[in-house]
Amino acid sequence: MAYRVFAMQQPSQRPRWWWWLFVAALAAFFITMPLHLELFVILEMSRFFGLAMLALSMGFLWGFGGVLSFGQTAFFGLGGYGYTVLALNTGATTGSVFFAIAFGMAGAAVLGYFMIYGRISEIYLSVTTLVFTLILEKGVRATSGDQYVIGTVRLNGQNGIPTVPQLKVPWNPSVELDINGFFYVGATLLVLVYLGLRLLLTTQFGRVIVGLRENERRTELLGYDTRRYKLGAFVLAGGVAGLGGAFYAMSIPLAHPEMFSLGRAADVIMWVLVGGKSTLIGPIAGVFAIEHFKGWLGTQGVGQVTLVLGAVLIVFVLVFQQGLLPTVGMLPEVWRDRRQVWRRILALPRTVAAVDWGVDELALLLVRRLARLIPGSASRSGRGRT
Amino acid sequence: MSEREIILETRALEKRFGGVRAIAGVDFRLARGELRCLIGPNGAGKSTFFKMLTAQLRPSAGQIVFDGHDITRAQAHRISRHGIGIKNQVPDVYDGITVHENLWLAARYRHGPRAAQAKIDEILSRLELVAIADTIVGELAHGQRQWVEFGMVTVLEPQVILLDEPTAGMTIEETNRTAALIKEVNQTTTIVVVEHDMQFIRQIARTVTVFHQGKILAEDTMENIQRNQTVRDVYLGKSGGA
Repeated sequence: MAYRVFAMQQPSQRPRWWWWLFVAALAAFFITMPLHLELFVILEMSRFFGLAMLALSMGFLWGFGGVLSFGQTAFFGLGGYGYTVLALNTGATTGSVFFAIAFGMAGAAVLGYFMIYGRISEIYLSVTTLVFTLILEKGVRATSGDQYVIGTVRLNGQNGIPTVPQLKVPWNPSVELDINGFFYVGATLLVLVYLGLRLLLTTQFGRVIVGLRENERRTELLGYDTRRYKLGAFVLAGGVAGLGGAFYAMSIPLAHPEMFSLGRAADVIMWVLVGGKSTLIGPIAGVFAIEHFKGWLGTQGVGQVTLVLGAVLIVFVLVFQQGLLPTVGMLPEVWRDRRQVWRRILALPRTVAAVDWGVDELALLLVRRLARLIPGSASRSGRGRT
Repeated sequence: MSEREIILETRALEKRFGGVRAIAGVDFRLARGELRCLIGPNGAGKSTFFKMLTAQLRPSAGQIVFDGHDITRAQAHRISRHGIGIKNQVPDVYDGITVHENLWLAARYRHGPRAAQAKIDEILSRLELVAIADTIVGELAHGQRQWVEFGMVTVLEPQVILLDEPTAGMTIEETNRTAALIKEVNQTTTIVVVEHDMQFIRQIARTVTVFHQGKILAEDTMENIQRNQTVRDVYLGKSGGA
């Protein structure tokens, strides 16, 4: 159990002083960054902030609510487009950011209502959310014609909208934020979202959400209307993803159908899994580690970046199932169980050799391992008796 | 029996799974304050009956009336609000979180923050779980997990508690303690127990209802049930069951 260092406490307990110290250190770290880092790194970090919020939205839902939404990118993209279209039309950037949050939440509310009140099972929820984001991607890609105009803004289909307005100073809308200012806003928002979600877990709402992950039927039998709590969490995560989307669109700056894509959706899973979904800081770390790693691979002339990332994902699913940060946090335990870890690492070539006796067998093994990570599927088999 | 107030009643309750009638028309009446035991061979429909009472399964036909309300088609979360608590056959607890948090989620539903904590402290000491309050439930022995679930159900302070095999996997000592606990809770709450352990039932039972092939076969005191030839035949397989 990952309750050390990066998840030293039960999520329901109010964080202790050292957690506040950690958050303060993180904030201080962000504040000093522009002082000694190159402009390129600052721009790159600003981009990561938006992605980190997307990762947080999924990490919260999956790691704590047990809801594996494969399509958080849908609300991410809605946020990005919502901000861009409204800000271009009105010129008000701060208000448009709030609209992006509301737009993400509205999308999540509509989709979530039908899924959750329709009581579809976890695995169908995952598939439905993925399909939803892919439909949005297709839809937005098909808007190249000049009849697709909202207000004065052309949606531009495949090409996206490159004229995303830069954030302005909220109390002085005639001034655009400079690169450092934008970085600070991103860092502040990310820290606030992280803080807010962490503290939410100590409230009754948050604790019931964790109860949903652990045992939905029991929660219902206790008297909680689980559908309402689940939808609440889903809508909240949609808002966080929407905020991330708006911020991401500003940072590159481009609102593009790629934001809804399968590739992006898979990225999110990867960040959360590799970073560690039993903590909220894990998904954030996942974004920074993987995205940085991706960039580094690119500069090293590795042609097959996706293949390498796939290998990394396989290693994490098969060997470090808790993810990066919880594993670091559990180093004492990892050291104690080092034999088992070695056995799992040594088993890797055999797993890869399995390609010899059929790729489908390997796929099956992976799917089984992944299925164990999907909430409900593993536990349900044990409760089938009448 | 006496003319006590009926708190739970089913009328011609039926559950079909495909062509199988798991519950084939049950008329069941439970008076307030009773401690009732349900027995019957495997597959007699006891757990199915419990699941219908708590909206975990939808009845195919018939009616369930609880405390004057028709709850036949109620949502599962409404059942608790009406005042029915259930401990399922397989311990239905939160395995990944602590004993305290398990009880908190139950207590906080019913009580305000302060009162919830007081209730948790009370139930922890009553169930002798104080020492393991901060242990993750999934790491506990089967018997202890049963008690955690029993604790969760009792802090909800329901009017009727349904217990599906509360002593499964318990040692004799634990079983005896469970019997004592059930009797204690029964002073304020109506309880229905499904059990296979005859020794245990003899310890607690007043009225026993025998299920067989989805129907009520007999309902009487434990002494009379033990003398009942039809019941003996069912259990020993001389007639009735295949």
